[in-house]
Amino acid sequence: MSSEDIVIIGAGQAGGELAAALRSLGYDGRLTLVGNEASYPYARPPLSKAYLLGKCSAEELLIRAPAMYDQQNINVRMNTAARSIDRKAKTVTLSNGEVLSYSKLVIATGGRPRQLPVRELSGAANVFYVRTRADIDRMRPYFAPGARLAIIGGGFIGLEVASVARQLGLDVTLLESQQRLLARATCPLVSEFFRRIHHEEGVDVRLQTSVQSYLVGQSGNVETLVSDGGEHIRVDIVLVGIGLVPNSELAEAAGLEVENGIVVDECLRTSDPAIYAIGDVARFPDAGNGALRRIESVPNATEQARTVAETLLGRPRPYISLPWFWSDQYDVKLQIVGLSDEHDQVVLRGDLTNGRKFAIYYLRNGVVSAADIVGSPQDFAVARKLVAAAAVVDPVILADTRITPRDLSRMVAAVA
Amino acid sequence: MVKVTFIHPDGRQEQHEGSDGQSVMRVATSNLVDGIIGECGGDLSCATCHVFVDEVSWRTLPPKTPEEDDMLAVTAVEPTEFSRLCCQIKCSESLDGIVVHIPKAQR
Repeated sequence: MSSEDIVIIGAGQAGGELAAALRSLGYDGRLTLVGNEASYPYARPPLSKAYLLGKCSAEELLIRAPAMYDQQNINVRMNTAARSIDRKAKTVTLSNGEVLSYSKLVIATGGRPRQLPVRELSGAANVFYVRTRADIDRMRPYFAPGARLAIIGGGFIGLEVASVARQLGLDVTLLESQQRLLARATCPLVSEFFRRIHHEEGVDVRLQTSVQSYLVGQSGNVETLVSDGGEHIRVDIVLVGIGLVPNSELAEAAGLEVENGIVVDECLRTSDPAIYAIGDVARFPDAGNGALRRIESVPNATEQARTVAETLLGRPRPYISLPWFWSDQYDVKLQIVGLSDEHDQVVLRGDLTNGRKFAIYYLRNGVVSAADIVGSPQDFAVARKLVAAAAVVDPVILADTRITPRDLSRMVAAVA
Repeated sequence: MVKVTFIHPDGRQEQHEGSDGQSVMRVATSNLVDGIIGECGGDLSCATCHVFVDEVSWRTLPPKTPEEDDMLAVTAVEPTEFSRLCCQIKCSESLDGIVVHIPKAQR
């Protein structure tokens, strides 16, 4: 029997995956998974898609059958938060008063929706944020045909909820303070594509528009938004999707290095060698240039979990992974590979202004560094290979739709 | 309960039970079956639950949707005519005894 004692704080995608990975790899010591939600680990991506739409049940969201945790001797503490970490004593104190000892501690506390700093909104029952299943359960009864929904923020959450709301027959107005949608995630061409799609689907998209004030009725609910242009927008529901704040307070209070997330090294270790951080909350060095980054995505969370599992079992492994993301809106599937924040050339393959299928390649010094693919998993398969190989491809060839994705793939294989 | 047999690339076999309506991907992840990832949770977005369905079992399966077919283009190991994403295979009595082969890689 091992004398190891691993405690995981956070039972989301990262924490849940780590617990399973540790047992898969043969770890037989004590293993405790602490989560503040009333559920075994579940998949969050469907929340703003199939689950809100009513096409997927709470049970179907569960990543693993609840029986697995008992079978694998994983102690799950639900509805329980970690209150403090005593690094000297190597203990964690939980919200129920329980004190857990650890030999290795992993923080996978994720993040919470950024709140609008508006006092009027705090007591309003018709203002929603999206992060947990409970958030959607509270919100769904309001999603009736004809209801007037205002969405603050044109990021992925806002756009995915807009898509579901339109499919359910709601009246949707989306307000984005920036000049374009998805400004943090993609280039202006793709932003404009999504503006067109949402417009075609009947969303009233207002760019460069902020809310100046929220008018609250007698019920305490927000009834009217006043835009910075002075327009009054009547609403039944307000959804706010303006980003995520990492839940790093616990780590910070314990004296760990925190700066827009918990800072970790390439093996996902914090400034305390017995404590690791993974998932949305971890800020890790990029394998290429060493710059610290925090990535909010399921693939990042689960891959970090599998990587750190090896490290915890004495086989230190640096986290090297190609980031990828996806979003479903209406019949449009967007797939992103790589990080496009540092590019000097954008190559379009296909037609952006008609239809719902194209690929955008991002090049840096001639190297394919990222791609946004809409409506073409075949192109995504190729893009993933190109980005992984840091391929140098003539932009003229990339843009030529007479060359099929499969041929493009073969050409790359021939060069590599 | 529906019996599902997973055959690993090295020939190792394991059999698990799925409940009615549960996807074969969830049967795998719930039993820590190596080599089935299911990263996107069954959203048809990741193609990390690729399996080769045994030829006999294949005949008992409902057909693929065009969306699943599209995603089969993204699998790490080249698909065959018996390829499926097992998040889309839902356990039911008619599938009892289904056998699936796990590919060498999922990404």
